[in-house]
Amino acid sequence: MAETQIRNFNLNFGPQHPSAHGVLRLVLEMDGEIIERADPHIGLLHRGTEKLIEYKSYLQAVPYFDRLDYVAPQNQEHAFALAVEKLLGLEIPPRAQYIRVLYAEIGRILNHILNICSYAMDVGAMTPMLWMFEEREKLMEYCERASGARMHMAYFRPGGVAFDLPPKLLEDIGAWAERFPRIIDDCETLLTENRIFKQRTVDIGVINAEQCFDWGFTGPNLRAAGVAWDLRKAQPYDVYDKMQFDIPVGTHGDCYERYVVRILEMHESVRIIKQCVNDMPGGPCKADDYKISPPRRAEMKQSMEALIHHFKLYTEGYRVPAGEVYVAVEAPKGEFAVYLVSDGTNKPYRCKIRAPGFAHLQAMDFLSRGHMLADVVANIGSLDIVFGEIDR
Amino acid sequence: MDLALKDLGDYLVGEFPDEILGCEVAFDQLTIKARHVSIAKVLTFLRDNVNCQFKLLVDICGADYPEREQRFEVVYHLLSLTHNNRIRVKVATDEQTPVPSVTGVFSAANWFEREAWDLFGIYFSDHPDLRRILTDYGFEGHPLRKDFPLTGYVEVRYDDEQKRVVYEPVKLTQEFRSFDFLSPWEGVQQVLPGDEKAGEAPPQPKPEGGA
Repeated sequence: MAETQIRNFNLNFGPQHPSAHGVLRLVLEMDGEIIERADPHIGLLHRGTEKLIEYKSYLQAVPYFDRLDYVAPQNQEHAFALAVEKLLGLEIPPRAQYIRVLYAEIGRILNHILNICSYAMDVGAMTPMLWMFEEREKLMEYCERASGARMHMAYFRPGGVAFDLPPKLLEDIGAWAERFPRIIDDCETLLTENRIFKQRTVDIGVINAEQCFDWGFTGPNLRAAGVAWDLRKAQPYDVYDKMQFDIPVGTHGDCYERYVVRILEMHESVRIIKQCVNDMPGGPCKADDYKISPPRRAEMKQSMEALIHHFKLYTEGYRVPAGEVYVAVEAPKGEFAVYLVSDGTNKPYRCKIRAPGFAHLQAMDFLSRGHMLADVVANIGSLDIVFGEIDR
Repeated sequence: MDLALKDLGDYLVGEFPDEILGCEVAFDQLTIKARHVSIAKVLTFLRDNVNCQFKLLVDICGADYPEREQRFEVVYHLLSLTHNNRIRVKVATDEQTPVPSVTGVFSAANWFEREAWDLFGIYFSDHPDLRRILTDYGFEGHPLRKDFPLTGYVEVRYDDEQKRVVYEPVKLTQEFRSFDFLSPWEGVQQVLPGDEKAGEAPPQPKPEGGA
């Protein structure tokens, strides 16, 4: 019998595959159905955000952060606002801090809903998407009521938040937070003990704590491997130190546990939202420094000085003292950070954006090796990849 | 917090008198400057030493300072979960000098170094796979350098006759204007557009009787 030569073949996954969660081109070297090597090609959504920010004033840079991880835009803005405030040495009023924490948690739920549902859809479950997106819609309405924009809020500005909350919004969010845990439970009935879902995810893409450190994992992906690390607890910013919440951790670090950790994190987020709604203090929602935060419109009709401040802020912007800071927040996907270098002018000299997904996607090769092709889809879903932030 | 970081910085300088050039605490953040040849050694120490335990490499990025002799800075950010602190390690390099890759110390460094190579043209020696990562296949230049224009050099469009995407030099209907809002009222440089004599020394009177 003639010896047959068996060759590995290459498979192009994406860039327009629905389970690629955007524009991932994955070149897979396969031995039959087994993956020998996975080589993600990214950058198809590269827009040069970091370069653009170098040419914009600090206030004009804020909307670019919405467009990074467009699933949870608030959390990105939060990192930038904190970084600029740190350089300026600015304290913001408690109400602004509470509003920020409230919306950061709304962003976390927005993100986790999208991730869990699209991940479930990738491995075959259609219904969670239909059920949970209604809630996502409600949350985006709350974003719209606060800032005027459903997704790209541009709401967290250096020095506070753009506008105060409209009346009744807090009650509505509070009422929603009472109802939402039941909807999470509904979603769980579809997935958590679902035989097909478990077959597709348990023991797939296992990564332990040491390997997580090596690959730079953060956020739910790190916590699923059993490391109780959360920047909201370890290095609290704004009013997270006053909030009562727990850090859910896994033990095993597989695709299934990454899903479970996200489900539990939504419950914790609801807890934080309730505390924010109940404890929301009164007072201003912007720092009381007209060199940084713009004056109220009513004041501009009366006061010449306010008018000058407004004009100066929206043409020249404010100057930020020279220096460099690295400020990280616990974004829904992991540690999102901004490394901001200022040279004392009104524009950032360098603004490096550290996206959690970038490090996570990098480990695709490590996670997928030896798995089947179908498991790649589960891996991508469980890592929570969004290309806006990876490609920047 | 500040004191602990300062102590850690002094300790590191004491451990590596030759490799670490200095340490500084600013905005509650510790920065150490290292020699580029010994970056892998320093990071390995930071990862494994009991007093440091910076087990997580969160970020590597480049920064461009064209006015410096060694124009690039490579900035490593590390995080220690055990001690709950961060450290920033900086090395300086230029277009020619390669920085040793730290992929052997942290696997996560792989893509971050590729990104620094792509966007700044900082070369990392011994990197297993130093390809471009964020820019297009076949892209030329390093876009985050300060001398790279914001608009870039080429633009793409779909050509209906050739039935493919073609690259063309950038055509701007209006020149990119970089407004200097820094000082709208005082100290404006009155440079007339197209005034090529601006900035030159005032013309010397010609010697009489020349040929």
